[in-house]
Amino acid sequence: MVLCVKPANANPVFRALADPTRRAIFEELTRQGERTVHALTRFAGVSQPAVSKHLTVLKRAKLVRHRREGRETHYRAQPDALAPMVDWLRHYGAFWRDRFDRLEALLERME
Amino acid sequence: MSNPAESPRTLVIERVFPHPPEKLWRALTENPLITQWLMKNDFEPVVGRKFQFRSQPVQGWDGVIDCEVLIVDHLKRLSYSWSTMGVDFAVLWTLTPAEGGTHLRMEQSGFRPDQQQAYQGAKYGWQKFIGGLEQVLARID
Repeated sequence: MVLCVKPANANPVFRALADPTRRAIFEELTRQGERTVHALTRFAGVSQPAVSKHLTVLKRAKLVRHRREGRETHYRAQPDALAPMVDWLRHYGAFWRDRFDRLEALLERME
Repeated sequence: MSNPAESPRTLVIERVFPHPPEKLWRALTENPLITQWLMKNDFEPVVGRKFQFRSQPVQGWDGVIDCEVLIVDHLKRLSYSWSTMGVDFAVLWTLTPAEGGTHLRMEQSGFRPDQQQAYQGAKYGWQKFIGGLEQVLARID
């Protein structure tokens, strides 16, 4: 059954990116390379604690990595963490194409 | 980054069927018919109705998909949420009369259609994001 292929790996990624602010932060990091929490706070236009919380969720999903330098924490995107999500979408693509074939066969049989 | 106009899709499957919209609508909304091509279900075409698709359980997955009907626009649009293993999707069916039949479009995305509408025009739409995924991945190597 294609629907169950490695969903466990995709779950944290989907959840992390379901939030528009987190998605924006992640996209900013893929565009700009490394960014400090301060820079990301300015970019996101929400409070620093809120940004830190979002970054924690992204970190858990392995979508970002951080390093400390002096008093600043720098974040960097890990886009290869998206792979399970892309896999998941591809599997669903195969699933739906198969179901469209079945639908076509059913429509032929229907009155 | 990708141009959203060039890659606006989440997961979209489309096909033209040589049958009238009425017939497709029946196949999409009558639960014994849905069972024949999609999965066992207790669907009813009523907005707010909660139902399940049930598939053969496999190791690590109970085979259950929890859904709620979101849109029933007779012969035109049908949408339901689609939650399984803690991941929430929405499935949106759109029927359009086409030459010699009906154009059927299935869109599965990470948002319910109402949320999607709220984000329309927003800078970081889900569709645009997914559209960019493959480009992002292509740059990893």
